[in-house]
Amino acid sequence: MSDGQQENGIVGRGNREGADLFRQWFSELNNTAETGGQAAYVFVMGSMCEILRTFSLPVVFPEINSLQTAVRRVAHEYLNQAEDFGYSPDICGYVKADVAVQLRGGQHPMGRIPKPSIAVLTNACNTYIKWAEIWERMYNIPIFTLDVPGTRAAGTQTWKGDPDFENDRRYVQAQITELIALCERVTGIKFDIDRLREVMGYANEMSRGWKQVLEFNKSRPALFNALTDGTIYLGVANGLRGAPQGGRFFANLVEEMAYKAAHGIGTVTDEKYRLTFIGVPCYPIFRKFNELFTEWGGAFVHSTYLWFASGGANVGFEYDLARPLESLAEGILISVRDAMDSMFYQDRAIIEMVDSFHLDGVVYHPVKSCRTTSTGMADNRRSVMASRDIASLFIESDMMDRRVVSEAQLKNRIDAFFEGLASRKQQELAAH
Amino acid sequence: MNVCTFDVWRGKPLDEVLYECRELLEDTTFPTVRRWRESGGKVIGHFQVYFPEEIVHAAGILPFKVRGAPIEAVQADSRFGSYLCSILKSSLELALSKRVELDMFVTHPICDAARNLGAVWGRNFSYPCQILYLPQNANSPAAVTYLRNEYERLQRSVEAIAGRPVTVDDLRRSLAVYNRNRSLLRDLYAIKRDTPWLVSADEAYVLVAIGGLIPREEHNELLEAVMPQIAARPNKKQDKIRLVFEGGFCEQPPLDLIRAIARSCYVVDDDLLIGLRWILEDVPLDGDPLFNLASAYLEKSSYSPVQHDLRKPKEKMLLERIRNSRAEAAILTAAKMCEPGLEEQVAYLHALDKAGIPYFISEFEEKMTTFEHMEIQIETFVENILFT
Repeated sequence: MSDGQQENGIVGRGNREGADLFRQWFSELNNTAETGGQAAYVFVMGSMCEILRTFSLPVVFPEINSLQTAVRRVAHEYLNQAEDFGYSPDICGYVKADVAVQLRGGQHPMGRIPKPSIAVLTNACNTYIKWAEIWERMYNIPIFTLDVPGTRAAGTQTWKGDPDFENDRRYVQAQITELIALCERVTGIKFDIDRLREVMGYANEMSRGWKQVLEFNKSRPALFNALTDGTIYLGVANGLRGAPQGGRFFANLVEEMAYKAAHGIGTVTDEKYRLTFIGVPCYPIFRKFNELFTEWGGAFVHSTYLWFASGGANVGFEYDLARPLESLAEGILISVRDAMDSMFYQDRAIIEMVDSFHLDGVVYHPVKSCRTTSTGMADNRRSVMASRDIASLFIESDMMDRRVVSEAQLKNRIDAFFEGLASRKQQELAAH
Repeated sequence: MNVCTFDVWRGKPLDEVLYECRELLEDTTFPTVRRWRESGGKVIGHFQVYFPEEIVHAAGILPFKVRGAPIEAVQADSRFGSYLCSILKSSLELALSKRVELDMFVTHPICDAARNLGAVWGRNFSYPCQILYLPQNANSPAAVTYLRNEYERLQRSVEAIAGRPVTVDDLRRSLAVYNRNRSLLRDLYAIKRDTPWLVSADEAYVLVAIGGLIPREEHNELLEAVMPQIAARPNKKQDKIRLVFEGGFCEQPPLDLIRAIARSCYVVDDDLLIGLRWILEDVPLDGDPLFNLASAYLEKSSYSPVQHDLRKPKEKMLLERIRNSRAEAAILTAAKMCEPGLEEQVAYLHALDKAGIPYFISEFEEKMTTFEHMEIQIETFVENILFT
């Protein structure tokens, strides 16, 4: 096979396959809705797909459904409907878009979303809890909160063997056992630990691959755009966690990244500035938002979004299949805790990434809709600035609500940021 | 420590005692905390809503309820994003401006904003700042043991600040002090409920709220002194409607707003500073104090929008509160930008619609200074009920 043929086959394969898998997933959800099958509503931080897939429950991610309404530029219709129902303009836009989806009987731009038979959530985001309470009221379904204690103070994470870690792990494991019993009741299917092992094996493949993919972007030029390509990969990482296709996708993606790294194939023709993105993307103008950076030669080589929105899969925790329940509890605890750390204590990780990812700038994007990711961002930025001499940009908009997105203002700020970066580069060159 | 932080009320008639309490509550320099520190005492600040103060009290440290203040967030503003409730910013401002000096700070993951507070605080102060993970799965049989051990972890941090171990007897003594306090607060709320003309909503609020500013023994003494005087007031019952105020579980409405509401109606129950009244019964003194305290948090407790418990759907709990207090209506408020409060409002209003209970919906902010408009709206709401 010639290099050209191989390039045609491999380069961009992740995006193509990811988009296909994503559409298939939604198509299956549509079928489930049409046939009245059971479905589990879950969230990206601690989806518990490992357990739910063991019971063959299709998983619905309302966060992903909601962001898709924004990407498809119809979010305002859904937000307005939820606000008419009584929800405040000042709460999470994801919640409101989902409320409207439910009020419309599951109608969504990507198909029909099945009703929930059960909802499983973690405490990684408090809004998850309030959100699930809405479904509880709407459908009278069981909702299960898997409570995952997080890091108590910066740099004090405990690990296996530490009494505090073991207290948290026992608590998480006990809840997993309760979740299994609940799933048995909801589905009428008896729990099969070997099936769980199989699902966890696929999840292992995915976690291993996800960690490697993220590491690959230390390459210069960057191999993938953490904002746009990364979001496609995230869709698979969430929707197909614990499925054989999901594990295979990430094995293929690693192969693609290795190929691109070996051949110096990057994302933008002329990568001038390497950036990391902190927060949730601006979905109402997703493509344009990205272009505001790429047109200046800005490449997003990393994003905290790829950490927390993968539920901490970035740590690459691999389950010990010989002791599945204990290991699942350990893995959920460590991964979800890391997802939370990526939002609250991300300054430490960013400071370390400046060198390893050869960063030129840090882009902070707090959004009105999400206080979990946005509340501490300004203070995190202060901490990074105090520790490293690196340019940063702080731009506020929203992930759902176009009323809060001012494209012209964003462009002004982003242009000024790049002018500053250019000036820095010139000064650095002059100094050498 | 044997320090009296607040004694100007002693020997005074009830109205003057209430005046002194009000002055203390509205003093944003927190003189009682300062006096405690000047006497060599240590202070641990804990953010809303509930905190097991007994553990701090047992170590001889003053637990200080961090609940914001009506102040400008001059320094704190730059530490946060735009779309946030006021209490988060003003709480940090209290510390940055040195109005309050702490030896340790504890926050809880009560909401998406507050859970960031531990990290933000920790980056700005050198003293220990941590998150206490109160269980969010109150229905798991494993939650009590988990919480008991989480309290033990907290106790170790507190002992490090105190420089001494906390014994089981220390904890039992503190539980007894707090049991007495909870009993007195229940009595106060019984007066509010049964004879609301004897104590107005703002007076009751002041008496409860200063509990977060002074040692609990002092609070007990104060309540023991004023309660008989309140019961003996010659006030006559007025033709006011009875209502429940809901939405004060975290950020606190200005005292003048509560006073404005009290002018039009009897507030016979509320969730103001619910954390101080979270545990509904005495915590047993025998056995393991930490386990008992953990069990009480989960099993003998009130409700709020920031605790998820399948046994306590919030709208059902609100209807119970309305029923138990024989209220005719409700004021459903939420602090501006308070996501849990705003989300719960929807469930509340649909439940009240279904039950045919009139309600008044509003938002407030701790820094509000004008109340005329809201007072007129509430008067109109009340008149509609009275004359319809």
